Amino acid sequence: MRIGVITFPGSLDDVDAARAVRLAGAEPVSLWHGEHDLKGVDAVVLPGGFSYGDYLRAGAIAARSPLVQDVVAAARTGLPVLGICNGFQVLCEAGLLPGALTRNSHLHFRNRDQGLLVERADTAWTSSYAQGQTIVVPVKNGEGRYVAADADLDRLEGEGRVVVRYVGGNPNGSSRDIAGVTSADGRVVGLMPHPEHAVEELTGPSTDGLGFFTSVLAAVVAA
Amino acid sequence: MPVVVVDVVLKPEISDPQGQAVLGALGRLGHAGVRSVRQGKHFVLDVEGEPDEVELRQIAETLLANPVIEDVELHLPTD
Repeated sequence: MRIGVITFPGSLDDVDAARAVRLAGAEPVSLWHGEHDLKGVDAVVLPGGFSYGDYLRAGAIAARSPLVQDVVAAARTGLPVLGICNGFQVLCEAGLLPGALTRNSHLHFRNRDQGLLVERADTAWTSSYAQGQTIVVPVKNGEGRYVAADADLDRLEGEGRVVVRYVGGNPNGSSRDIAGVTSADGRVVGLMPHPEHAVEELTGPSTDGLGFFTSVLAAVVAA
Repeated sequence: MPVVVVDVVLKPEISDPQGQAVLGALGRLGHAGVRSVRQGKHFVLDVEGEPDEVELRQIAETLLANPVIEDVELHLPTD
């Protein structure tokens, strides 16, 4: 099982994401944003950070990189893709996920341990959880406020596309406390909080985040 | 060289906390007459030859602005 982790100029959490992949029992494969080479991986993680310094809009320039174009094409045929924080912003900018991430409503960078309610436990990245389970993972962002037109939010809710929702306080003013969403087929997931920072007792507030990475192993085997 | 200007601003239904912070500062400075501030981006493009409106509109709508949250205005050179 080989899971790619993309590095962009300005990525910060690619090493942590690769570590989480390894702890889950898969082989992490480093991918470079500027190359048209997915190296035959079984799934892809877009990590957190500040790709291209968040110039223009967070994730906007990274979303037009050669490798992300390949990821978009592969996701259309079922490749599991996880976007964390800046990676979520990239997936929204690339059109793989609906909505957009904008400046936090209070204008502060917010860094804390965050409760999340798992509302979908049947996506490629969340099958290790139980629907209705609450998990705690770190959140850290300045532009993490999830927004979309009201009609689009209604449609997403109606289709059950909200994967995780903030509980115990909304850290950034996201519409309807939405922390993460999925594609219609449940193969692409994006979220602002950082499951890859909650995979070991020594360094995380919990090990709750590991489930994202173990889930995809089952999804790939089943495919 | 022709200059093309693109203005991008958040859609009215998307709240703009940066604009609200500017509005708050204006109030503290005594400018009570300003009712609202919306902050946006202003792009100035030098283009070679005759500007291609179709191409420029595509640039504005697919890269310079995110149509999910932003409105965009394209200003072609007038002579």
